Amino acid sequence: MTMNAAGRGKTFWIGFLVIIVLIAGGVSYLASSSPDGLDSATLQGCEVSEVDGTEVLTGSCIAQHADDHALAASPLADYAIVGKDGTGGLAGVIGVIVTLAIAGGLFWLIARRRSDT
Amino acid sequence: MTQQFVAMHMSDGIINAPTSVIFGVLAVAALGFCGWRARSELDERTVPLAGLVAAFIFAVQMVNFPILPGVSGHLLGGALAAILVGPFTGALCVSIVLVVQSLLFADGGITALGTNITNMSLIGVAAGYATAAITYTFTKQLGASAFVAAVIGTVAAAMGFVIEYAIGGASSASLVAVAGYMFGTHVLIGVGEGVITALTVVAVARARPDLVYLLRNSRREALA
Repeated sequence: MTMNAAGRGKTFWIGFLVIIVLIAGGVSYLASSSPDGLDSATLQGCEVSEVDGTEVLTGSCIAQHADDHALAASPLADYAIVGKDGTGGLAGVIGVIVTLAIAGGLFWLIARRRSDT
Repeated sequence: MTQQFVAMHMSDGIINAPTSVIFGVLAVAALGFCGWRARSELDERTVPLAGLVAAFIFAVQMVNFPILPGVSGHLLGGALAAILVGPFTGALCVSIVLVVQSLLFADGGITALGTNITNMSLIGVAAGYATAAITYTFTKQLGASAFVAAVIGTVAAAMGFVIEYAIGGASSASLVAVAGYMFGTHVLIGVGEGVITALTVVAVARARPDLVYLLRNSRREALA
């Protein structure tokens, strides 16, 4: 069965969006929870241990100079909804929607300015 | 279930305040320039792709992949965005992701936004796109060009941090050690970034070659 060009176009956009939502809402649960390359670089020279549920750094490393995030108490901080375990996927989908709205809006405005001039 | 989503970008305080201000001003000026130049990349056909590319980068950045025991990496997305939607729009895509992550998810410091944007949006996109354009011109291999561009873009972004740390690092850790560690880990992260970038770019190019900026642009140059 062959689709017409408009149908194929629609399939592409919907498919792309579905993949994005599946990655943020599902695949993200498979993510490694180890520090990334940059975080790990800032932890060189320190031992990380957990005391009463909070991370404690002993030794000397860059990460000791890191401040807590100014918005650490915000409702979506650390990709969780009000800090609840297991809500990372939903938080991710919210992030996708917000990113899409801001990027789409900004790019639409930029493209419109071009056609004005 | 105790899945922990780790913070992914530079926190506040790692680079001192004056240096952060300098890179904040640099980032704002550069993004203003990108917004102006993005007019030549964006039209009603490419706006939806540009919006989805930003959302895609946000989603894929959540998926940290292991590179060494106890160390992970994640997509930065500069080369991917630049190849698909153009370097100026691409830098805006990555910047929007970083701003959303910092302000909504408390991931990446607020005063560190200037340095994070400089590294991942400006340096990552510039190095990634330049590499992709040169490699594609000579090889005409989109997937291979995307892979190489992503590796170079990732390592270049990591070196951006090293430069900022050299200028205003708030720690006594040795610059040579930091540079060596950042380089080594980001070569490995770059391989992961390269695989994701090549797969994504080739998939979009198979479905809608007319939308891929690098292909449109090289065709335009060939005609000129």
